[in-house]
Amino acid sequence: MASVTLRNISKRYGDSPEVMRDIQLDIADGEFVVFVGPSGCGKSTLLRMIAGLEDISGGDMYIGDERVNDIPPAKRGIAMVFQSYALYPHMSLYDNMAFGLKLAGKSKPEIDAAVQKAAKILHIDHLLDRKPKALSGGQRQRVAIGRAITREPKVFLFDEPLSNLDAALRVKMRLEFSRLHQDLKTTMIYVTHDQVEAMTLADKIVVLSAGRVEQVGSPQTLYHHPANRFVAGFIGSPKMNFIDGVVVSANAQHVTVQISHGGVQTVCVDGSTLQPGSKVTLGVRPEYLRRDDSQPTVHGRVSTVESLGDFSYLYAESDSASEPLICRMPDGEHAANGSLAGFSIPPHHCHLFREDGLALPRTQAITQAVAPAH
Amino acid sequence: MHTSAHPALRKGTDSSPGHAASARPGRGTQRWLQSPAVVSLLLWSIVPLLMTVWFSLIRYNLLSPEDTGFVGLQNYQFMWSDPAFLPAVFNTLLLTVAVLVISVVGGVLLAVLYDQPFMGRGIARLLVIAPFFVMPTVSALIWKNMLLHPVYGLVAAATTALGLPPIDWLGEYPMLSIIIIVSWQWLPFAFLILLTAIQSLDQEQKEAAQIDGAGPIAMFFYIVLPHLKRAIGVVVMIETIFLLSIFAEIYTTTAGGPGTATTTLSYLIYQLGLQQFDVGMASTGGILAVILANIVSVFLVRMLANNLKGENER
Ligand SMILES: Nc1ncnc2c1ncn2[C@@H]1O[C@H](COP(=O)(O)OP(=O)(O)O)[C@@H](O)[C@H]1O
Ligand SMILES: [Mg+2]
Repeated sequence: MASVTLRNISKRYGDSPEVMRDIQLDIADGEFVVFVGPSGCGKSTLLRMIAGLEDISGGDMYIGDERVNDIPPAKRGIAMVFQSYALYPHMSLYDNMAFGLKLAGKSKPEIDAAVQKAAKILHIDHLLDRKPKALSGGQRQRVAIGRAITREPKVFLFDEPLSNLDAALRVKMRLEFSRLHQDLKTTMIYVTHDQVEAMTLADKIVVLSAGRVEQVGSPQTLYHHPANRFVAGFIGSPKMNFIDGVVVSANAQHVTVQISHGGVQTVCVDGSTLQPGSKVTLGVRPEYLRRDDSQPTVHGRVSTVESLGDFSYLYAESDSASEPLICRMPDGEHAANGSLAGFSIPPHHCHLFREDGLALPRTQAITQAVAPAH
Repeated sequence: MHTSAHPALRKGTDSSPGHAASARPGRGTQRWLQSPAVVSLLLWSIVPLLMTVWFSLIRYNLLSPEDTGFVGLQNYQFMWSDPAFLPAVFNTLLLTVAVLVISVVGGVLLAVLYDQPFMGRGIARLLVIAPFFVMPTVSALIWKNMLLHPVYGLVAAATTALGLPPIDWLGEYPMLSIIIIVSWQWLPFAFLILLTAIQSLDQEQKEAAQIDGAGPIAMFFYIVLPHLKRAIGVVVMIETIFLLSIFAEIYTTTAGGPGTATTTLSYLIYQLGLQQFDVGMASTGGILAVILANIVSVFLVRMLANNLKGENER
């Protein structure tokens, strides 16, 4: 068990420009941290630097109190589960899980106890004689996790462990990761590009984009108080609606915005840094965009309705937004394709982003958001 | 790979009749259409074999064409009592096994080496592979006249430079010289196959082993070597086929000598058939060579079968 601390970490491959810059991160002992971000943003690179598989180009990395920059992977007290599982194909499951302990010179009974224990936790104790090839994807995944567990690491590292599994199995394994963390209470760092995995698993989410940390916080914080437009758009599914507008007036409690090709909208954010006339972007999640034909502030033309059973998503083309507006409707409400629809936005469910993408602090809905994550 | 393809193939043929049963030709037609290929293959391989068997059972010497007739197994008896025969079998096996060991061990080591990134790796790799593209006669001549020659050879120059007397390699260590020459040709082949195999080793597997604490030596024995097992099997099988019938290198360097020191089975057959014009005896040698090759291949097939079975159990 250990904390992980990153100070001014940067990474460059060869002579090419830095792919990661100035990363600061504090991961507490026993925390479940998820790195999330679009493909190519550097999640794997960051994880591999923690594992010791990539050199650290600059900065200091600590696991516990120890600076690990120059310590080889095997001595860092970490265990890693790879996306491809990376099981040793010619070894039985037992040997796969025992390999690290064998190399460490542990005695046979010690190894046996550790392997059996891990196998029991993961329900693979009846498969130990098999070779990896004779297993399903989910079982291989378990073996890979088992191999990590037998090492009794201080920190677990997972690189997109579920991305090779089918949707149903993914949900199941996701629950197992939660359970595993509750059982072992070890620090875990988990990389994914799937924000649903991030939201469901994490104590703390680290949103990365293009080699930078965009925001660090609990799932609730990220959802209700995204620090910028990137995080707001990345967290939540379907995506937040972004609507263009211009500030009419602003104070520390409210901002009034003229929506382009729409009405005037009040937003409950601290607008003390805004000047009237400056361009802003309104953000509202699909579940808070209301269909309202009596006093609409935004208009759109219905393009598609996706029914998911208990509710449906309405997609509407609007002049106020560059992408189609998405509105969540109770199932049973209907909208004909091509018809005009009006929408209104509750002021306290609205986010406001400056032209540079930074979010303005919200002044209401605080009660909901400040409530601790756990 | 072969074994895993089988079920898929079978599935393919199983499912298709359902779709177009009426349009498909019946079994009889299928056979009939296959027959040209099967028959020509049969002629191609069986007829020469049967002719050789027949020749090995008759008296057939081109120097005394009037002296003919069926002699049964007399040729075989005669061959068995030939003082050159058993040494030839032994030499054939020695050459084959020695070159196999050298090329596989050397090939694995070179492949591991060339899997590491270093300056000029592409060119170095090409140079290692080059000997394989040199014709056997040419490479034998190069070795004989330019490298191993006691007067003009580079090796002799090197030994005299060290103050040692030059060695007449082909005269004093004829078999060793042949083994060196043939290994020089076949090591690149093993290297090429093993390098591609080693490059297909999953990088994450190596990293996992690294995290598990495997140093370079443990990595080699626990991860790399097992991964190469199948490729080594392929190298051994293909090389064996060619090594059992090595001829040009012996012909151009030692001509089977001194004495019978480098006479292999294929060289013995050449001597009987084309130097003594005894086609009957040469055919006998040929049939014995076929039997030897079959004995060796039974071992090989068994080894490979175990190997592949191991793969399937994964
Ligand atoms: N071995 C490498 N050499 C050069 N660039 C690399 C290498 N590995 C990754 N990169 C670059 O680093 C960036 C981050 O990659 P990665 O960490 O794999 O992204 P992610 O895991 O978030 O999809 C990418 O721009 C990628 O092109
Ligand atoms: Mg990645």
